Amino acid sequence: MEIVVCAKRVPDTSENEIELNTAGNEIERGELVYTINEPDNYAVEEALQIVAKIGGSVTVATIGGEDDEEVLRREMAMGANHGVLITDERFSGSDGRGIATILKAFIQKGRYDLILTGVQAEAGGAQIGGMLAALLDYPFASLVNSIEVLDGRRLKISREIEGGNKEMNEIDLPCVLSIQTGINEPRYVGMRGIRQVASVPIQTFSAVDLGIGAGTAGAAAAKVKRVDYFVPSLGKGAEILHGSREEIIDKVLELVTAKGGLK
Amino acid sequence: MARIFAYIAHKDGVASDAAFELAAVARKIDPAAAPTAILTGWGPNLDAACKNLGASYAETWKIANEVLSYPNAELVRKALQKVLPSNSIVLVAHEHFGIDLAPGLSVKMGSAFVSDVLDIAGVEGTGIKLVRQEFGGQVSAHVQCDVSSGAVFTIRPGAFRATESTAGRSLVVDKSGEVGSLAAGRRYLETVVAEAGDVDITKYNVLVSIGRGIQEKDNVAIALELADAMGAAVSCSRPVVDAKWMEKSRQVGSSGKTVKPKVYLACGISGAFQHLAGIKGNPFLIAINKNPKAPIFQVADVGIVDDILEFLPELTNKVREMRSTPAK
Amino acid sequence: MQDVESVAQLTSWLVTGRILFLLIHLLGVALFSYIVARRLVPLIRGERDFRLDQPWVRLGRVLKYWLGQWKQPRYRAAGTLHIFIFVGFLVLAIRAFSVLIVGVSRNFVMPGSSGRAGHIYDIVTDYAATVVFLCMVIAVVRRLVFKPARYAVPVRFGKSHTADAIFLLSLIALLMMADSLFAAVKAAEQSPQGQPVGVLAAFSLPWMFWHVLVSTPLSTLGRLYFGAYLVHEVTFYFLLCYRPFGIQFHVETSLFNIYFTKLDREILKPVRWGVGDEHLDHVKSFGVKTFEDFTWKHMLDFYSCADCGRCSDNCPANTVGRPLSPRFITTKARDYSFQHYPVFGRVNNGTALVGSIYSQDEIWSCTTCGACEQECPLLVEYIDKIVDLRRGMVDEGNVPQSLQKPLKALASRGNPYGKMEKKRADWASAKEFRQICRVKTLDHCNGTETLYFVDSITSYDDRMQAIGRATAKILNHVGENFGILGAAERDSAHEVRRFGEETLFMALRDHNANAIKASGVRRIVTADPHAYNALKHDYKDVPPVEHISQVIAREVQAGKIKFNPLLNQDDVYTYHDPCYLGRHNQIYDNPRRVLDAIPGLKRVEMSRSRDRSFCCGGGGLMLFYEPKEDQRMGVKRVQMAAEAGANVIVTACPFCMVNIEDAIKVAGMEGKIAVIDLTELADQQIVRECPDLKEEQAAEIKECVTASSDSLK
Repeated sequence: MEIVVCAKRVPDTSENEIELNTAGNEIERGELVYTINEPDNYAVEEALQIVAKIGGSVTVATIGGEDDEEVLRREMAMGANHGVLITDERFSGSDGRGIATILKAFIQKGRYDLILTGVQAEAGGAQIGGMLAALLDYPFASLVNSIEVLDGRRLKISREIEGGNKEMNEIDLPCVLSIQTGINEPRYVGMRGIRQVASVPIQTFSAVDLGIGAGTAGAAAAKVKRVDYFVPSLGKGAEILHGSREEIIDKVLELVTAKGGLK
Repeated sequence: MARIFAYIAHKDGVASDAAFELAAVARKIDPAAAPTAILTGWGPNLDAACKNLGASYAETWKIANEVLSYPNAELVRKALQKVLPSNSIVLVAHEHFGIDLAPGLSVKMGSAFVSDVLDIAGVEGTGIKLVRQEFGGQVSAHVQCDVSSGAVFTIRPGAFRATESTAGRSLVVDKSGEVGSLAAGRRYLETVVAEAGDVDITKYNVLVSIGRGIQEKDNVAIALELADAMGAAVSCSRPVVDAKWMEKSRQVGSSGKTVKPKVYLACGISGAFQHLAGIKGNPFLIAINKNPKAPIFQVADVGIVDDILEFLPELTNKVREMRSTPAK
Repeated sequence: MQDVESVAQLTSWLVTGRILFLLIHLLGVALFSYIVARRLVPLIRGERDFRLDQPWVRLGRVLKYWLGQWKQPRYRAAGTLHIFIFVGFLVLAIRAFSVLIVGVSRNFVMPGSSGRAGHIYDIVTDYAATVVFLCMVIAVVRRLVFKPARYAVPVRFGKSHTADAIFLLSLIALLMMADSLFAAVKAAEQSPQGQPVGVLAAFSLPWMFWHVLVSTPLSTLGRLYFGAYLVHEVTFYFLLCYRPFGIQFHVETSLFNIYFTKLDREILKPVRWGVGDEHLDHVKSFGVKTFEDFTWKHMLDFYSCADCGRCSDNCPANTVGRPLSPRFITTKARDYSFQHYPVFGRVNNGTALVGSIYSQDEIWSCTTCGACEQECPLLVEYIDKIVDLRRGMVDEGNVPQSLQKPLKALASRGNPYGKMEKKRADWASAKEFRQICRVKTLDHCNGTETLYFVDSITSYDDRMQAIGRATAKILNHVGENFGILGAAERDSAHEVRRFGEETLFMALRDHNANAIKASGVRRIVTADPHAYNALKHDYKDVPPVEHISQVIAREVQAGKIKFNPLLNQDDVYTYHDPCYLGRHNQIYDNPRRVLDAIPGLKRVEMSRSRDRSFCCGGGGLMLFYEPKEDQRMGVKRVQMAAEAGANVIVTACPFCMVNIEDAIKVAGMEGKIAVIDLTELADQQIVRECPDLKEEQAAEIKECVTASSDSLK
């Protein structure tokens, strides 16, 4: 099965405190460390497991610049066969649909049976997969947490819905799936592995290579633009309790009892 | 301003709470708007769900089709494409169905798309300024959207207060005929219900809920002891389940259980909306977290900046003390 | 007294069997040689290991551990038994040799065996055979009746080894009996008229047999002589050829195993001996994945294990019910090599070890505390093997999810918590602390003598930062001109290396080494034994490093540090030896001297102390691993402290502190037992005078000092 995973390099926010810059309208990026978007990593692991069982290849593609290559190399160190960087100045400022349009152009240059994206990235858009599927006219499923290959033309997948329930679906290939974290246990990628792929060639595509005109991607074509970042004034928010731990505990128990939480 | 539609999910004949939140969004975008509700489905449950929206929607479009008896986003999208006028603004709740439906719908409609909207900051001509969050809620952003060729917005559940509106009857319009036959490359098979765990957290009045801040599996015992002392149950957020420290049946959130306790202790939980989405009924929310900037403090009633690994055991001791000494 | 007639008579009894005996000799020797040759095959295929250097030191080791049986007495009963058996075997070796020859060579008389020396030798060997026989009986009784726990085989590791053990013990007993009977018959032949028996030791086994045989007719004696000889020879060769098929192979291999032992245990095996860091890119595969990836010495270890169980008996992971039992790491590997490199049969292809004979959890459970290596009488090495197996798993991407997160954080942020580099020195800028102690950051060579290497846990963990502050205050007090690397410091990567991520370790090590060199310091001090061990043994070309306990002890000795008497003198203290300070680096006394210098401090020793100390649970990455265990190591240790009668545990390692503090809570012993770090205790008790400061300032600082050093947090 020929699988392509659309990946994104994002800031690692697990311990980072995202802070606004002094002007208060952008985030301070100077000391951020970057990593592959976690759901995308799960998607690559899933692709590798499928290919290990039934053969094929895994391609990881990303849209960006030189800095984004490290994410491709990491996934190649994990086992992906090909890394693709789609890069062009004209792509900057693209909105979700612009990104999906660019990806669509790339995907149509190859012959892929399965297209995977992560459920969402740091901006929480959760949109690329669905848009890409609609542009390609492929069936789509989001929040996928298990994949079973039925045969060369169909998959059985489950989607994560409320209450921890799973919605079982059958979906025709080629299709687009957005992958939820927890679908598998990704293998470890060590520093040695990454070093070993440091000079493996990465294919690049530009706007011209993909036949993308200014009208369909980039800032000019974008209908959605982020204007600024801000931290809303806390306003109401919680009443922060002060005092010694003992005093706070007494107050908490008082409140809980008042609300009927303790008899 | 273009026509505003709200796609409404429903279950067992009752429209979801989101219906009324989406109506509030519509009115915020265009106070003069007469938003239209759209429901898809089949049979008497669909009819029942359509009936009670009169308070918020002047018109309700009903699309009844047997293949839509289970809401398959791929089919629903095709149906909506047939009936929605171009340049419409479509509102959908941002949960698993909306995530499945909306992005593709926006492409097919040729319109803009913004997800997980928290607020409408302003409307000027064909431009709407919306508020979203990024980085798991650590920071907010203003987003400018050009709706000249319509838009699809998914709305964060609970972000907009449902409007108490004037009484009215909603005109139910049957659009089933316009849809034609529907087929898609994805077919619904069945729903596998999550295994019932040992404890049904939805039945408890008080929940001691733990998040990543519990740090390791062995510390879960600290929460279990507090819950035991209080007669409560321990629930958790997603990362705790992902790390396999608690079973899925204990998870509160959009992909977990929905709970309606009286008191909710959020211990070491950052406050990501996917978790908060599982808390209904406006309980008394006490947040305990080491990080004073954690988003949970914005939604909690009372906040304590402390290390849960130290705070909870002391709280447990106090509760035990309280319970052993008879009330005076 | 052997006269010619007697010799002739004896020889005549064996003459008929001479050809048979010769055949048995030839067969036995040939078979044994063949077996040994086959056993060497995997070693030839194994990885290289340089063990031929420093022959005199190696001989010294042989004298101490092989001849001197140095480790045996650590288990009093079994050790004594074994020493007797070992000495007995050595003594009997010459006799055995002469007995074997006698059957095939007419008139063979062992040179030197007649005359006084020969007589003494004969008496000694008579007793030796008796003692060995008795030891066999005792050993069998131990196995069957007393059943020491460490011999038991947990169900998951297969069936019991007792039957095999009894079989072998019985055979040795049989050999002794045959030998004794042979000697008895010989003596009986010489004195049918009740002549004094000069060559039999009184009350020895041969002596007892002789008594029984005194009135046996000559022809029967002849048959017995022949029979005893045959049984002796067959049993001897059977044992010789059987030993390489089981645990008794150590009889042959132990000498070599100890000769080839690793001389400096603290140098961790590199990925490949003889391949420098720069050439590692050419190494195709890291670590041990298949059996042939082990070095020949490791394979020899597998052969040499005597299945005594002492390693597992002292292994903390095994004690708390983790899947790891070092004894079975060895015996499973041995069984594997016997199966895939059979003596009779063809070598057949092996499989990956992890996933077949070893489980992943088994290999991740090890805290590298070294208790197993400390105990093993045959000097079998474990830590290198575990590290190599982990390298293999890391190379394949098989790392538990719980460890992937801190490893990723170490790669991107230089600490396992993922916290920002710029916050690494925040512990030194705590408000109250800053007023009494300034800690400078060394960013370039500016003449500062000493580097205080803080390492990650002390830098970032809210609780452990107190150790950093206490250490800084102590260094200040003794007038040390020191600084820290601050944001330029990275994790020492001690556990990164021991968890098999060699490449990440090298990256962090090189970064630190460069920063240290750039700072121009001439020595390093640390309060973290893991950092100490790394800087001392894993890092090259860095200044010499000391642990803070050594500094304090020295300054106490020099009179620069004086301690106030303890406020509460009813407390009973006990010192817990951290693995990487004590067992790995033999620093046992300095911390104790510091404690004993505090007036009014009552100190007791736990039964497991010094090199028998029990690991607290491990440090570094081990804090992130989620083991399957019945109990926490820390809880066991706290119970040991309580048993010793202590209510305060003193540690000298931040990881021990984390684990023990946690364990006190988990064990529900808060308020009954407390833990404090050596630096915190020392800092709390140091007599401080501030002669240079004005009175008010001095008073203020004294207040700060008392306020910030809460006792027993």
